[in-house]
Amino acid sequence: MIAEATIRLPFVLFFSAVLFAAGVYGVLARRNAVLVLMSIELMLNAVNLNLVAFAARLGDLAGQVFALFVITVAAAEVGIGLAIVILIYRNRETINVDEVNLLKW
Amino acid sequence: MTAQEVAFVAVALVGTVGALRVVTSRNVVHAALYLVVALAMVAGVYVLLAAEFLAWVQVLIYVGAIVVLLLFSLMLTKAPIGRETLDNQQRGLAAVVGAGVLAGLAFLAQDAFGGVRIALRPVRTAQVGASIFRDFVMPFEVVSVLLLAALVGAIVLARKDEVPSPPPERRVPLFGRREGGAPPEAPVPTAVGGRGAPAPSDQGSAPSGGGEAR
Amino acid sequence: MIRFAWLVPALPLVAFFLIVFFGKRTPGKGAPIGIAAVFAAFVLSLLVLSHVAGGGEPVERSLPFFQAGRLELEVGTRVDGLAAVMMVVVTLVSLAVQVYSVGYMHGDRRYTWYFAALSLFTGSMLNLVVASNLFQLLVGWELVGICSYLLIGHWWEEKENSNAAIKAFITTKTGDVPFLFGIFVLWLAAGTANIGEITELVEHGEIAAGTLTVAALLLFGGAIGKSAQFPLHVWLPDAMAGPTPVSALIHAATMVAAGVYLAARLFAVFAASATALSFVGAIGVVTMLIAAVLALVQDDIKRVLAYSTVSQLAYMMAGLGLGEPGFTPSQFHLFTHAWFKALLFLAAGSVIHAVHTNDMRAMGGLRRQMPVTFWTFLVGSAALAGIFPLAGFWSKDEIIAAAWHSGHDLIFVGALATAALTALYMTRAVLLTFFGEYRGEAHPHESPRVMTWPLLLLAALSVGAGFLNASAFGVHTFAEWVHVGPEAHVEPFSWALAAVSLLAAGAGVAAGVALYGRYRERDPLRAAGPLYTFVERKYFLDDLYLKGIVRPTAYTVAAAVNWTNQYILDGLVNAAGWVARRVARLVDRLDRRVVDGAVNGVAFTTNVSGGLLRYIQTGNVQRYAVFLFVGVAVLAILITRVA
Repeated sequence: MIAEATIRLPFVLFFSAVLFAAGVYGVLARRNAVLVLMSIELMLNAVNLNLVAFAARLGDLAGQVFALFVITVAAAEVGIGLAIVILIYRNRETINVDEVNLLKW
Repeated sequence: MTAQEVAFVAVALVGTVGALRVVTSRNVVHAALYLVVALAMVAGVYVLLAAEFLAWVQVLIYVGAIVVLLLFSLMLTKAPIGRETLDNQQRGLAAVVGAGVLAGLAFLAQDAFGGVRIALRPVRTAQVGASIFRDFVMPFEVVSVLLLAALVGAIVLARKDEVPSPPPERRVPLFGRREGGAPPEAPVPTAVGGRGAPAPSDQGSAPSGGGEAR
Repeated sequence: MIRFAWLVPALPLVAFFLIVFFGKRTPGKGAPIGIAAVFAAFVLSLLVLSHVAGGGEPVERSLPFFQAGRLELEVGTRVDGLAAVMMVVVTLVSLAVQVYSVGYMHGDRRYTWYFAALSLFTGSMLNLVVASNLFQLLVGWELVGICSYLLIGHWWEEKENSNAAIKAFITTKTGDVPFLFGIFVLWLAAGTANIGEITELVEHGEIAAGTLTVAALLLFGGAIGKSAQFPLHVWLPDAMAGPTPVSALIHAATMVAAGVYLAARLFAVFAASATALSFVGAIGVVTMLIAAVLALVQDDIKRVLAYSTVSQLAYMMAGLGLGEPGFTPSQFHLFTHAWFKALLFLAAGSVIHAVHTNDMRAMGGLRRQMPVTFWTFLVGSAALAGIFPLAGFWSKDEIIAAAWHSGHDLIFVGALATAALTALYMTRAVLLTFFGEYRGEAHPHESPRVMTWPLLLLAALSVGAGFLNASAFGVHTFAEWVHVGPEAHVEPFSWALAAVSLLAAGAGVAAGVALYGRYRERDPLRAAGPLYTFVERKYFLDDLYLKGIVRPTAYTVAAAVNWTNQYILDGLVNAAGWVARRVARLVDRLDRRVVDGAVNGVAFTTNVSGGLLRYIQTGNVQRYAVFLFVGVAVLAILITRVA
């Protein structure tokens, strides 16, 4: 008998958690702003993974559609983020997050 | 374990390695390339979850566009290489927080959905399209506006501020200058040739960048 | 051939994109692309016309485009005689204008963009013409508005030009609001946006008369704005700020014709409501007279022509206001007017090109230096004045005759008076520009051939177009192309009426020669005193709009803000003050007895905790992020575990 095509939901959630945790670590530990943005992308992907997994579990397409929207928003976010990074680089000759501490004052 | 699960574990392991290397690599370009691996593996998971359209979108947008964008900005900002310059002092703290998040999420997932299985049914792209344009038209439009705003914003942010240039002169304003310009009460022009015409030297001094406005 | 009718608007639109993307790199900087496209569209329109000319039902072809709930959109073409004729007019005028522009705009710094915009303009208008449903028509309608904005403001470096563009856009937009609601009313009442289906429903009396009146009046609001009818005619003269060929295009074929065309396209809706028809007629009569008088006092040659356009469009509107008998004459006038008005504008542009000014007081005697321009301008003027046997005579006479036969005395008298005034101001323009001695200081010369050839073509049409419907000779070709109902409606030609209308035109010419035969520094009409000032200030309409609408709006807002400040905010502040005093008294008592002792302790605590908190405020974003994540994690645990 052919086994029914199934995947355990926690597997997917674990993978998603790993991506998210890696992203958290990257956001906290990286100095380079572009690397921080990459880490944010990892976290967004973890969210998407969850959305798609639950969409498949519930048989509801809304999750997939929302994942598409998240991808779109991520694209916009990267565009703006990188523009800001380049602007900061142009003004301060560095994109190290901890050297951009105008917030302190 | 079903065959799908075997495949999933393989893909997920590669993806995990990729994701970890993104945040630990000492070379920014390598980090970006590892990001490609991680994102591609996510796309693989989408395929395993029978969301093929999403998988291709993932490949196109993330791997095709976003990573290229990231690489470009790395190139433009001349990021240095090495642990000291790439990571900050709170690495240990960050590792603790990351591990905490991982543990929390994993525990919650196992606790809440321990034995749940996903029955995989293929989803046709047409269904996704129908869902977007039937149930989510409004968010779709809003997202389009957001993208447009981001586009404009990115251009405004990233363009170089030009030195203010003198107002541009038309090349041959001899006849056009006057059109609609002369008030009806203006006296009979006494210097018809002179008033509308620019000095000849103005012709070459159009601002270099914004010569032909679109 | 009608299968390919959709190509007619598509070709200029494709040309627009080609010019925008590749124009600068191709030889001729984009102009040949636009000209080739519009020429192909012209040939296609002729073929389409030849197929429709046989008469019969309108041919409609459409594709579903979009469906969301009740809203079903389609794109398609609906070609009848009227649409086919309009297509020919638009493409041919656009062709002449584009060829002419090669000479006129030579060396302009936005040359390529100019041609791109011309192509878009033409394509939008053609889309409006062939549209099979109201929403597609609306798309063309708005695109035409945007293109006119772009082209009027082509030389936007000068504030005046961009102001004129904005004025044109806002004024027409004022009419577009009722237009949009008119479309909604019609769509809700008919349950469809398809023009053919709506016409059918209206003709079978399926839509309530009251609804139709409302819809027709709302739609006519759009036509008033686009076709520059009273009281929204103020934008058209200012639109002269654009390059002259653009004026020709706007006045002859693309922009202002849209309003008249709309009323004709949805004629069934208007014809079903007597109220709407009377309104259209009344607006027509009022506009034609006030605009003709205004044309009389302009010194700017283009403004003369602009007011003339307003007046002639009002003629067409008045013709439509006559109901069914006026339909064919008014459309015929639209058709003939396109040729001679385009001709007049292009000829005026040629003059302006030569003398570098718009002011007729600085022209004069140009017939010697610019013979081709002179003769073509003369032909156009005569055609506009309605001199036998030029084009304007036949179409004008038909409207006058239709007004007489259908018993609309007011329109009849207004049309005759306007005919006389038209002859007068055109005579004035010709005499001031081409006769007498040259009064300017430039060195006028004939324009290059690329500019005179379009003039000659349009002059030939201005002479010949009238014979398409010369009922005196039993020719009814145009009536067979364009008519309402299954059969062409042909009025018997009346020589007496023709004589009357010729007499009116002749009187205008005679008065013009008498007044302006010799050039005078002081305009003889100034003898009219305050009346002249009243007209010269455009009946104070512009002042009325500025002082009556623009400023009061601003003032009202300011006054409202002031009132809010005075009464609400001040009141709040006073109340707060009162409360504060009460509280203060209470606090005072507390303060003396309880707090004083504690204050020192509090200060000490604050100092210590502040010193501790200082270590958290590092200014390092990532340190904050750590707190963020820890906080979120704690919250998540609390929510999932406790709740």
